[in-house]
Amino acid sequence: MNNRNNNISQGVDWLVVWLYAILVGIGILCIFMVEYRQGTDWAASFIGGKTNYSKQLMFTGICVVMATFILLADSKLFTAFANLMYAFGILLMMATFVVGKTINGSKSWIPLGGGFNLQPAELCKIFTALALAKFLSRQETDFTKVKSQVIGGIIALAPAALSVFQNETGLALVYFSFFIVMYREGLPPGLLIIGFSFGVLVVATLVVEPNILAATLTGIAALCIYILKKQIKKKKRVLTLIIALWAVCVGVQRFAVPYIFNNVFQCYQSTRIYSMVGKDYDCSQNHHRGKSTDTKPAKKPDDYNVRQSKIAIGSGGVMGQGFLKGTQTRGKYVPEQHTDFIFTSIGEAFGFVGSFLFLSIYLFLLFRIVRIAERQRSTFSRVYAYSVASIIFFHITVNVCMTIGLFPIIGIPLPLISYGGSSLLTFTILIFIMVRLDADRQMVLR
Amino acid sequence: MFSPKYKIAAESNAIFRKVVYPDRGIIFDRKKRSLLQNTVMFDLVVTPSETKGTDTVGLCSLLGIDTSEYRKRMKEIIFKNTSVRPSVFEPLLSDEMYARLNENMYRFPGFILSERKARTYPYNIGASVLGYIAEVDTSFLRRHKEEGYEMGDYAGMTGLERTYEKVLMGQRGVQRFIKDNKSRIQGPYENGAYDTAAIAGKNLYTSLDIDLQQLGEKLMQNKVGSIVAIDPRTGGILCMVSAPTYNPNYLTGSQRRKHFSELLLDPRLPFNNRALGNKYSPGSTFKTVSGIIGLTEGVITEQTTIACPGYFTGCGTGKPKCLDKGVFNFKDAVAHSDNTYFSTVYKRFLDQPKFGGADSALSAFNEYAYTFGLGHRLGVDLPSEKNGNLPVSKYYRKIFGPKWYSCNIISNAIGQGEVQTTMIQLANVMAIIANKGWYYTPHVVDSIDGGDELHLLDAFKEKHFTDKRIPDSIFDAVQDGMQAVVEYGTAAGSKIPGIIMCGKTGTVENYAKVNGKVEKQQDHSFFGAFAPRDNPKIAIAVICENAGQGAWAAAPIASFIVEKYLRDSIAGPERKAKMEEFANKNLIPYLMRVAMAKRDSIKQARELQSLQKKVEEPVDTAAEEELAPEIKNTVPQQAQPTVPVPKKDTSKKKNIRNLAALTTDEEKRKKNIKA
Repeated sequence: MNNRNNNISQGVDWLVVWLYAILVGIGILCIFMVEYRQGTDWAASFIGGKTNYSKQLMFTGICVVMATFILLADSKLFTAFANLMYAFGILLMMATFVVGKTINGSKSWIPLGGGFNLQPAELCKIFTALALAKFLSRQETDFTKVKSQVIGGIIALAPAALSVFQNETGLALVYFSFFIVMYREGLPPGLLIIGFSFGVLVVATLVVEPNILAATLTGIAALCIYILKKQIKKKKRVLTLIIALWAVCVGVQRFAVPYIFNNVFQCYQSTRIYSMVGKDYDCSQNHHRGKSTDTKPAKKPDDYNVRQSKIAIGSGGVMGQGFLKGTQTRGKYVPEQHTDFIFTSIGEAFGFVGSFLFLSIYLFLLFRIVRIAERQRSTFSRVYAYSVASIIFFHITVNVCMTIGLFPIIGIPLPLISYGGSSLLTFTILIFIMVRLDADRQMVLR
Repeated sequence: MFSPKYKIAAESNAIFRKVVYPDRGIIFDRKKRSLLQNTVMFDLVVTPSETKGTDTVGLCSLLGIDTSEYRKRMKEIIFKNTSVRPSVFEPLLSDEMYARLNENMYRFPGFILSERKARTYPYNIGASVLGYIAEVDTSFLRRHKEEGYEMGDYAGMTGLERTYEKVLMGQRGVQRFIKDNKSRIQGPYENGAYDTAAIAGKNLYTSLDIDLQQLGEKLMQNKVGSIVAIDPRTGGILCMVSAPTYNPNYLTGSQRRKHFSELLLDPRLPFNNRALGNKYSPGSTFKTVSGIIGLTEGVITEQTTIACPGYFTGCGTGKPKCLDKGVFNFKDAVAHSDNTYFSTVYKRFLDQPKFGGADSALSAFNEYAYTFGLGHRLGVDLPSEKNGNLPVSKYYRKIFGPKWYSCNIISNAIGQGEVQTTMIQLANVMAIIANKGWYYTPHVVDSIDGGDELHLLDAFKEKHFTDKRIPDSIFDAVQDGMQAVVEYGTAAGSKIPGIIMCGKTGTVENYAKVNGKVEKQQDHSFFGAFAPRDNPKIAIAVICENAGQGAWAAAPIASFIVEKYLRDSIAGPERKAKMEEFANKNLIPYLMRVAMAKRDSIKQARELQSLQKKVEEPVDTAAEEELAPEIKNTVPQQAQPTVPVPKKDTSKKKNIRNLAALTTDEEKRKKNIKA
């Protein structure tokens, strides 16, 4: 057992650690860019602890301590406590319903005192990754069986469901990234295809006029029947399948989607999604509207944030406006720029080239994690590493797409860059558990 | 691939252009004394979001408003300009108010005193010449699209301020700032790399004489009319008075808006520059021109004598009449302003067989007259100059048919009829006679500080000559006559001891429409003169509306101005006393007095009514009905100098100022007699 060896650097993948450090550094710099005002003594305010960048520096310090603890810990600990921690995480999430504090409209925070709040859904990502890894690495799990797939799905989506009830839809979506992991572990591709088709159908529902879409779907079904008539003659089941599929599609388009938009989503969420495709959403249809005496007619697409974000990134051009020179940033035109819209500060200051380099660092990190995943001997480590990669990938994609207006605005931070202690700590733990596991890759864990 | 769309969007988001206003140029008189100056006035500016802890009650009592007014204004400001941006709370504070506030500013956080440039006029004179500046309106912006004006800018609206706006305004500077999402200034953009500095406006040196202008305005107080004095050697305008006028300081400072509307509604029309914005029949002063033309053509000589039995016999209508019966030669005809003599000259001129008809004869006459600067705009450097009128045959053909002849238009000979001039044209005619045949276009501005880069003054450097056929000897003859006018003629009472002045009086019949009826008004008093006869230094034209004969009002006023200019003071206690007497005379025309009285009584009635309304809620409708027709009548009641102006002419005029009597038929038109 080489974890008896007290040298913690043994077997650690320093490349990942360096990439992590670089990204956190860039993150603090970005927050500094956003917060900085001309004439302030930046050195003093970095230490002062009043500005967000100095707070982020403090969080970084905490994270370093945390990372050190993780690296010192025994990797068996994670396998052993995986399920327990998952249960603890779920419990924490449940607890928000009792002692939760509402921030920005979602009751998903637990106040810790001293002005700090904990978001269990954020932490639960780690526990879910561990639990999923634990489940999939069990000797008796055969992931080709539907039963195992369902259980895996439940493990991944249980926190998501709780998250939705907490009114934190953005984080709930993150849990869908675990399907990427499950795909690596043998989930049939059909499911992904179905999922993708469903997505296309939903978007089509939003964009295309309902009756035309219904007619189109019917047309496609008729075409399929015509093409497949020989098979249909042989097997009646094909016909039933096509008709059932058609019925489901039309049902989704006709009833499910409007139901979700009017009854499940909040008014603002529906409005955002609709404004993505350039349409107005009539809030008067929304079920949640009820209490607010908002009798105003539907306004223009709620896109101030995206518009300013696009202006910021767009005004950077090829080379950018330069460090601390971005007018959008200096004028605070982009709301939430230090958290979810941190990417705009990079886009504005360093332009296309800077953004490209920045995303390259991310890409490099992701490739490195995937490489680490693939070199693991134990299933547990592999699944876990893949989970880390998936979560980070999902975060980056959604966040960047959101800032450049390709995706509706859901509050998903940019990993390691966005301001926020919870987020930074979560990703630190996620990555360093993986680094710890990787350091012990010679061991067979379960 | 990389379109600048977002870059532009970012700039329009974040860059705030601040215009830096330069000082406007200053206007000096011929002795380098400043007619107007720049001063700094203060606005009380508030940023509502920072007013926490302001002593509201204290501020209100200082400003003399109550707290509900304060809250109302605040609400308005926040609605108009948000609570984070500074807005004007009280504009253009008086000196006293500024002093009081300045001491107490520490009590009013969120309020600051911000300075603004304004004009002051140390001598309180020259309003109609200098003009005023005012905030530009949308129509101004539309007309001056390319010149970079913005809403809230000030620009010259009348007078010299308008003509020389481009010179006076200087060059505005632009500073660029970065503003944040609430439009608060964050700091300079690119450290001011793209900023431009403001360049101060250029000063104007004019030919105006402050002493003369002061005296002129004093003499013309409580009168309607104007004085124009020109230096005949340069064409420089020495003084230009239009009465009634107003104190130019009225239109600066905190009460500007109130004063402006007061002046605008005044029935005496103080904004009208009567020196060049009104056309008058020149009356007998025109005899100098018709005399010169007659002598040149040889229809008379200086020795020609014509007898007057009391009226002009040439046309058989008994008109025009003449005051002094007798036999006159040219000199005495001028001296006594004999209508018969000049009607004969005019008729003889038009009836010359060489023209072969009245049409070409009239155009030959006009050919002479045009060279005296009549019938068209002179091109004075002041806005809204009128062109005057020299009637042409086409016009008479319409009225009298193709067979019209000299008798139809005989009243033109004595400056009645259709001949019209502005006062500046009349003064210019005097300058021409003084110079014996040449003139420079009258102008106010002599030179521009730092050179005339826009070539605004080039036109005033060009010497104009009268018709080449007129020899100096004829000018001598007219000058003899004009000297006789002052020595022993119609203006003998206005003789200045020790100065040889040449002048010509004029008494002009005029009509006004009263309640739809054309009524004859008191005559306009005219006088044109120059002095001294040898080496003339000043040419002058004076009108005093509805003041009777030329010798009664206009001639003495002109003599005081001439004496003041040539001697720097009025000599002798007798003349001084006479000058004071004239200065204190009230010669406001009857109709104008009526209109003013009506305006005042309406104002009183309104005040009374509003008081009544406050006392008892039910409104006395009868009183209202009584008032209504009065209000309607006020506008047409304005007295205005006019002679009969043909219908066509008046129908073109949209303004109510010239409510001319409409007398198209020759019978009425020929009433214009005598002078």
